[in-house]
Amino acid sequence: MASITRRRPGPKQSGFMLALPAILWLTLFFLLPVVIVFVVSFLSRGRGGAGELPFTLANYERVWDVFRPIIIDSVWVAFVTTVICLLVGYPLAFFISTRKDPRMRSFALFMIILPFWTNFLVRTYALQTILGREGIVNTVLLNLQLLSEPAQLLNTPEAVILGLVYGYLPFMVLPIYASVERFDFRFVEAAHDLGANDIRAFLRVVLPLTLPGVIAGFILVFIPTIGAFVTPDLLGGTRGIMIGNLIQQQFRGSGNQPLGSALSVVLMAMVMIALLVYIRFGDKER
Amino acid sequence: MAAIDVELRNVTKEFPARGKDGLVRAVDHVSLQIYEGEFFALLGPSGCGKTTTLRMIAGFEDTSSGEILIRGRAVQNVPPFHRPVNTVFQDYALFPHMTVQKNVMFGLEMEGVPRIEAERRAEEALHLVRLPDIGARKPRQLSGGQQQRVALARALVKQPAVLLLDEPLGALDLKLRQAMQYELKAMQKSLGITFIFVTHDQEEAMTMADRIAVMDQGKVLQVGTPEDIYESPTSKFVADFIGETNFMQAEVAEANGEYAAVKLNETTFIKAVTGGQALTSGQKVTVALRPEKINLFPVKGLVEYEEGSTETAEEYQQSLMRVPNMNLIRGRVRQAVYIGTDTRYVLHIPGDQEVVARVQNFGLRSDTYFEDGQEVNMYWNAENARVLLQ
Ligand SMILES: Nc1ncnc2c1ncn2[C@@H]1O[C@H](COP(=O)(O)OP(=O)(O)OP(=O)(O)O)[C@@H](O)[C@H]1O
Ligand SMILES: [Mg+2]
Repeated sequence: MASITRRRPGPKQSGFMLALPAILWLTLFFLLPVVIVFVVSFLSRGRGGAGELPFTLANYERVWDVFRPIIIDSVWVAFVTTVICLLVGYPLAFFISTRKDPRMRSFALFMIILPFWTNFLVRTYALQTILGREGIVNTVLLNLQLLSEPAQLLNTPEAVILGLVYGYLPFMVLPIYASVERFDFRFVEAAHDLGANDIRAFLRVVLPLTLPGVIAGFILVFIPTIGAFVTPDLLGGTRGIMIGNLIQQQFRGSGNQPLGSALSVVLMAMVMIALLVYIRFGDKER
Repeated sequence: MAAIDVELRNVTKEFPARGKDGLVRAVDHVSLQIYEGEFFALLGPSGCGKTTTLRMIAGFEDTSSGEILIRGRAVQNVPPFHRPVNTVFQDYALFPHMTVQKNVMFGLEMEGVPRIEAERRAEEALHLVRLPDIGARKPRQLSGGQQQRVALARALVKQPAVLLLDEPLGALDLKLRQAMQYELKAMQKSLGITFIFVTHDQEEAMTMADRIAVMDQGKVLQVGTPEDIYESPTSKFVADFIGETNFMQAEVAEANGEYAAVKLNETTFIKAVTGGQALTSGQKVTVALRPEKINLFPVKGLVEYEEGSTETAEEYQQSLMRVPNMNLIRGRVRQAVYIGTDTRYVLHIPGDQEVVARVQNFGLRSDTYFEDGQEVNMYWNAENARVLLQ
């Protein structure tokens, strides 16, 4: 009788079957590692830097006591980077998406995306060369006699911010471009008609209606930059160290995996907060 | 005469043509004077330049040449937000991220009206458009008709000198549109604000406007009261665009002053209003005549008067011919269609052409009904027929 009562696979089952590979993938390579990292972060440091029992809160204490300034610096660097990306990216995206000629728009977008054709690492090395003691910036400034001796450009937090802005600007421009493109400029006419000048029309109408793009851009830049380690490593030196570098150090060679895990959990928590802000404010209008 | 609120002097607007060199002239040497407190309609087919004209008055477009004056002040260099005009946009353009109340208050905030007063005036404006109690909603939670009213409230709350409306009823269904026509008209009269109303619907313009400017291809062809425009069109385009019109081809036989004698063929002469146009005999012209101005009676038999007395058709014809400026011709019914309040006849007339006549059905259908193929007498007063050259 089982053959009679058995239900034919309906849309629901087949939907689940279709999602199964993704679910397995995410469980195996995302959920499981997160759980492992979380558990390890409460273990003690064992041989070769691996975790071993007993459970302890020492890692978190150490994160708080020793690494707090670097975490705060990291948040600050990520925040400044994101704000600069916003200040540069919004006008840029606005300019591009308001060009009348569609060929012009496509070309400008292409130019924005073009750097991705070169490996990020290569581009960062290029920046390193440009900013170095004998790099092009110093050479030009010296030749123009604006400087008497080479300036310390490399291995500063500013160099890290420059590198991050350079690397992540497209992630700000693209979502803002999308929302400005969707924006209906008759709302600006309506605002003008009701007595708003350009600035007020922008603040009261354009900005609120393109805010989803701004917030998406904010998230897309903030999250990767707060965990960045290549850029601070190559451009920041010891003065530009970020939380990503700390984590990397703990997992390399005979580091301290439980400590690295605790740092990772803290990083994840900060990213979660950013995401919650996005969920709360990001997609309200649509 | 009332003061002039808005004046256009020889205003022309040219856009760069899309995809090729050169310019498109959207508005072509338009001059208009719109009086204070007037309901003025800009009427014309799609693409004739109505919206462009309105946008130049609002300040969203510059003029290519010519001058616009609002309350006597040239406004070429005045940005939209400093002009004493407000607009109700075709698709309303309500701010989607603000509540209805915030939308209506927006214009007052920009003026720096204190919050308490702004709230009170917004409430009044929503009351005026008969939409109290929806201030807390977002525009997308409203029906099309409600959005239209909110757009109206948002503009009216600013108490503009002139309100510009670009086909504000276009998106509404027929019933609602008709109701809103009367409501808008009543509102305009009681507020005393000058309305400039764009529409391509001649009935809408006739219903609402004090005066109408008929536009075609960027030019204003005629400005006048609905009656002027309907009864005395000065061009074929206007005659044709407003209501139904017959155009008869004719040749001028004699033109003296107010009326011209024109011939439909070698033996059939009619009179028509010249409207002061200079005509020479032999000139080919068009004569416009509204279908409802044509009366019909039988060639033979009895004609019944309204009060009940009768007369033979021949006697009736004789008496009509004694009336000055009465046109009387013979026609043959080609088609007769009963459409309720009246019957629509297609008639073949001298000069081998056809005209349409609409005859009201007074009594029973059989009393006034003519068969297909029947020969009938047609008559109309010459003052209803106009000679048109352009
Ligand atoms: N920004 C523009 N660029 C180029 N041509 C334009 C522009 N705006 C309007 N036109 C052209 O000007 C002419 C008049 O347009 P307008 O919008 O004023 O017509 P309209 O009478 O309002 O028509 P509708 O009833 O369809 O709204 C049209 O031929 C239109 O293509
Ligand atoms: Mg239009």
